[in-house]
Amino acid sequence: MVDPVAIALLYPELLGTYGDGGNAAVLAQRLRWRDIPAKVVDVHAGEAIPGGCQIYVMGGGEDAPQVLAAHELRSGSALGDAVDGGAAVLAVCAGLQVLGRRFTGEDGKAHEGLGLLDCETHRDDGARRVGEVVVTPEPYLDLPDLTGYENHGGVTTLGPSARPLGRVMVGHGNAGGDGSEGIVNGRVVGTYLHGPVLARNPALADHLLASVLGPLAPLEDLEVDVLRKERLHSARHPHMHMPQLASGWRRLLRGD
Amino acid sequence: MTWRAGALPCWAKIRPVDLPLRTRVAALAGRAIADASRWVGAGEGSVIGGRVTLAIDQRALELMAAGHQSVAISGTNGKTTTTRLLAAALSTRGPVSTNSAGANLLPGLVSTLFRGRAGAAVALEVDEGHLAEAIAAVHPTAVVLLNLSRDQLDRFGEVRRHAADWRLALAASPGTVVVANADDPLVTWAAGACDPAADGRCGVTWVGTGQRWRADASACPNCGSRIRWTELRTDRGGVHWQCSSCPLARPLPDAWLEGGDLVLADGRRLGIRLQLPGWCNLSNAAMAVAGAMALGVDPGRAVRSMSRVRAVAGRYQVLNVSGARVRLLLAKNPAGWAEALDLLRPPPSPVVVGINAGVADGRDPSWLWDVPFDRLDGRLVVATGDRGRDLAVRLRYAEVRHTYEPDYRRAVALAATGVTARQPEVDLVANYTSFQDARRALTSGGRGG
Repeated sequence: MVDPVAIALLYPELLGTYGDGGNAAVLAQRLRWRDIPAKVVDVHAGEAIPGGCQIYVMGGGEDAPQVLAAHELRSGSALGDAVDGGAAVLAVCAGLQVLGRRFTGEDGKAHEGLGLLDCETHRDDGARRVGEVVVTPEPYLDLPDLTGYENHGGVTTLGPSARPLGRVMVGHGNAGGDGSEGIVNGRVVGTYLHGPVLARNPALADHLLASVLGPLAPLEDLEVDVLRKERLHSARHPHMHMPQLASGWRRLLRGD
Repeated sequence: MTWRAGALPCWAKIRPVDLPLRTRVAALAGRAIADASRWVGAGEGSVIGGRVTLAIDQRALELMAAGHQSVAISGTNGKTTTTRLLAAALSTRGPVSTNSAGANLLPGLVSTLFRGRAGAAVALEVDEGHLAEAIAAVHPTAVVLLNLSRDQLDRFGEVRRHAADWRLALAASPGTVVVANADDPLVTWAAGACDPAADGRCGVTWVGTGQRWRADASACPNCGSRIRWTELRTDRGGVHWQCSSCPLARPLPDAWLEGGDLVLADGRRLGIRLQLPGWCNLSNAAMAVAGAMALGVDPGRAVRSMSRVRAVAGRYQVLNVSGARVRLLLAKNPAGWAEALDLLRPPPSPVVVGINAGVADGRDPSWLWDVPFDRLDGRLVVATGDRGRDLAVRLRYAEVRHTYEPDYRRAVALAATGVTARQPEVDLVANYTSFQDARRALTSGGRGG
């Protein structure tokens, strides 16, 4: 019997506010549907990060838990060692910020990150960046447009060695003024997209899986394709949603 | 075209209290707009009317609230039900004014106060994102703080923000009695600003509800360290929790749930017999009893009055839809779903699930992935609502048998087809605006959407 592919979900109670734990479930399920055994290993705050997992997944979280997560991660070298050993990482939102060189918390204090991604995040005076996002991935990744939802107050600037995940077509992404979204360093992928991002973008899920397991058989994704079409259309043409606007007005007038 | 009795003449409705002229004019204008809104069939008009009043006189809420005994109820889940139960308890003693239509932002509160009879007790459901403003304006006699968990994060960003805002507002309203859920660390910290040990100005009544949702309180709201739950140590209706580095810990409850009973610190034991199902409603009732006691209501009478509440704004209502008995349940976030899953009829009974992502729902339904939908395995689930497609994908990954149908009536019919009973029973669970859409579609005979 083959050992199942292990997907570690890091600190779901700290970095799991936006449903990002779903990314681990999507990865595992897409392997099982291909008859490849897979398991999700939840790693809670205070526990040592296990080496030997093939993929590590981190999600978004609130400010104080994010600082706590960064503190926990820095207390050991397990994640960096796993990446050196060939593991892949998907880090979303607060996860992305924690994997960078440093990030500024809500209190204005700078915190050191893990340095697995060449980027820094600070806060500006602007409002939180909230809403639907469409991203055209960098051509070398060979992925279709990404759809997701962002909700963050950070401005992430990429260092000289960093490559972005893609260019923002709708929304803000890294919000650093260069139109970039996310950051990729080998098998480590950071993004601001929730949704969860892998549920809405199965090609990105398969890209991560293939980066550690090699080429994979295609899967039927009809139901996701319909959702993707709906989301991409809605993000690109927000003004075309008259029925929703009309019902919004009715609700406003009715007062519910 | 007929004027409804309540619509004319609006000036006659103004309470003869000594409000300043500006406030009276503001109230009159708001009332007229509300009546006009009702007359054209746009709705109850309490929100638009309240907006007009507040636009003319910003202090209207504060001035109108003066002289009323009032209680504000807030939290992520259970606001409407707890307010309904608390209003029932207060009604044992005299007239009560309450925003039963769920208009829980400041304009809705203005309208509620304005409609209230002189001397009526006021039970106000307040949106958790606006409780701080409401406390500052109303200075309620008591506040009931239910729980805080992830919901509508696109609108509010962080759950903790609410706790911090509540804490500041309570510190600035020292005369307000606080009734708080001792099993929710965020709520405990928010209420703690009024801890008599801290400043001696006002009291907190702690209620042990035995709340099970913990996913939003893993980091201490006070210092950011980890919160530890000690499963082996249960006192007074709940599991002990404490911060791993600062003194924040579960306070010893003054009232707590044991089975279906509410136990008071003086030894009294009150059987809570509700017509509303589930632990969440027992918890709501416990909070409501404590809230009523803060306003001087006898707890025994409060409990008896609450036992007569059947459905709350359509929740738990059973409708007959083309021969099927459809029970309506509201679940709008992961904590609410954790409770709703326990209330469902057992498999293979089918379920219709409606998901919208309007402003009032939160525009981002990513939270669907925080709900253990695999627990719906063994039955047919019909996904509906504006974001039924997101739910369908979620159910696909959970390997739950499902189908997508945007029309609410057809969704119910689809769910019922698989049931062999002569009168099929279907549970419909929906989030906030989807619930309203479903209720409208299923009661009017019209189409949903």
